[in-house]
Amino acid sequence: MTAIPQDTPVRRLERRHVAAAIVAIALVSVPILKTQSEWFAYPMHIMVLIMIWSLAYTSWSLMGRFGLVSLGHGAFMGIGAYVTALLWNYAGLTPWLGIPIALATVALVAFIVGYPCFRFRIVGHYFALVTLALSEIVRQVIMATRDYTGGSLGFTPTPHGDGFSLYALQFSDRAVFYYIAFVAWVFGLWVWRRVDRSMDRYALDAISEDEDASAAAGVRVTREKLKITILSAVLTGLAGILYMQYQQFISPDTVSGIAISLQIVFAVVAGGIYVMLGPTVGAVITILLAESLRVAIGTTMVGLDTTIYGLLLVLFIIFLPKGVLGGILEWWRNRAAAGRERADRA
Amino acid sequence: MDTIFDIYLLEALINGLLFGGVLALLSLGLNLIFGVVDVVWICYAEVVMFGMYAIFWLHGVYDLPIVLAALLAIIGTGAMGFLVHFLVISPILGSAPINQLLATGGLLFFLQSFATLLWGIEFRNIGLRLPVLQWGELFFSYARLLAFGIAVIGMAAIYLFLTRTYMGTAIRAISQDREIMTLMGVDSRKVYLVTSVVGGSLAGLAASLLVLQYDVHPFVGLSFGPITFVICVMGGLGNMVGGFIAAFILSEVISIGGFYAELEWGYVAAFVLFIIVMFIRPEGILGKKS
Repeated sequence: MTAIPQDTPVRRLERRHVAAAIVAIALVSVPILKTQSEWFAYPMHIMVLIMIWSLAYTSWSLMGRFGLVSLGHGAFMGIGAYVTALLWNYAGLTPWLGIPIALATVALVAFIVGYPCFRFRIVGHYFALVTLALSEIVRQVIMATRDYTGGSLGFTPTPHGDGFSLYALQFSDRAVFYYIAFVAWVFGLWVWRRVDRSMDRYALDAISEDEDASAAAGVRVTREKLKITILSAVLTGLAGILYMQYQQFISPDTVSGIAISLQIVFAVVAGGIYVMLGPTVGAVITILLAESLRVAIGTTMVGLDTTIYGLLLVLFIIFLPKGVLGGILEWWRNRAAAGRERADRA
Repeated sequence: MDTIFDIYLLEALINGLLFGGVLALLSLGLNLIFGVVDVVWICYAEVVMFGMYAIFWLHGVYDLPIVLAALLAIIGTGAMGFLVHFLVISPILGSAPINQLLATGGLLFFLQSFATLLWGIEFRNIGLRLPVLQWGELFFSYARLLAFGIAVIGMAAIYLFLTRTYMGTAIRAISQDREIMTLMGVDSRKVYLVTSVVGGSLAGLAASLLVLQYDVHPFVGLSFGPITFVICVMGGLGNMVGGFIAAFILSEVISIGGFYAELEWGYVAAFVLFIIVMFIRPEGILGKKS
């Protein structure tokens, strides 16, 4: 009985890397296909949206997986997008400088709200609703400063150059943005993995289990929570900026407020909070669902597509609480465990 | 200081007080449900929106008397409260709080879109013009005064229901200790359902007051939903007296902020004040230490 086991960890790792490489090559080649056939233009647009939103969702799950349910991530997206766009339009500041300033603003806001929250132990429902208030503040400020931001009518960054401007980060060729979004998405996953394998992850896991016990064991609770919150907020702000640069249009309804905050949480829960690709799967599901319902139903019955969408979200939460990917992985693991048990018995 | 200026400020203060009555009523229903069932209905304002539509159709289109229309709307939203609890909340009572929050959040999307599907996105008004009252140099809208009066009466009725009836006592008991009460022979599922129906009916009452002053459209819930949650949390989730006080504090802030700048800045000030209060008293102004 000295046969080499089929599934050594090394072999498994290799298979996973090969699969990832194939997926990466397939994703990278989409814009090349588009140069051959215009048919790919629409799928490519959808994929850019999926990758940008996946970044936002992955960022949310960075803290959401530790029980820090924020309903304020719409605010971080909005701050990132609006600060960059306003600096460009009114101060002529290139996004190359505007983006760092916007991200610093996001980090500052996350700190101002996060620090007292964690210091004074605002957790659970209370944390969710305090951050919800933050979402509303940002939305109301955008509405109140409508002379500059355009209010609910939205805001368009001033076009620069002839459709390809590195200075203004404006590209009419969607392929360029496809690659930018791709890099950003992979970066988000990389950050998730870094956090997953760090000591902070153990600290945060301990905190989400029992805050007092982990504080007694020497975990710096406030500091750990603050670190993950600022990281999560900044990445979400980046997603908001990318969305603005890609669409060249933002409004309070698309990048801020309670509706966007809820949308973020939904997609993550639909995909799976606790797995790396869960938020991405959530983005794929929610965006494809919304788009296909929109295309299938068309404009004949306004509201029918979102009605079905809302209904499906409720059903998802009730019947698939671990999310699609989380549910599949769990089923897979149970099957594997059952198989091993059977093999042991035989 | 100018005397005219003072009078306008006084008017803003009184309008804030009247607005606070409606907000207090809104937060009362939400607080009641949270205190008993331990679930935050993110979609509460959307139930109110359906109530407003009901009155719009019954009174504005089918010409029923306004009081009858309001009564039917209250019954309708009460039934909605029953359905929300029976279909959505009760299957997931045991799951993580975030999932419960999200399920009602999904209902928010569903109800908004469903209203869009049924009635379109036009702003609709019941076309009832109530007179403006003049008292000295002050002007009040009759609609606001009426809304305030009915809100106070509604809250008094709820108070009597909770303190003077068997069911009310059971509801209060459950909100204090949900494990013990089931051992005492209280059917907690029945109490949850009754609470949800009462909470839904309160949404209908609030709807019949709001529809006097505001146009109804599918997204109207977003304009007063968030402030309602904030009031509940600031008062201490589940604490009805705290919610009552918070409603008046925040409505005054909104009204005075709207007086000095635009209404949106009033809301911004209210939300900022809320966050500051949370830092000073995380359990709410009247919440108990946990």
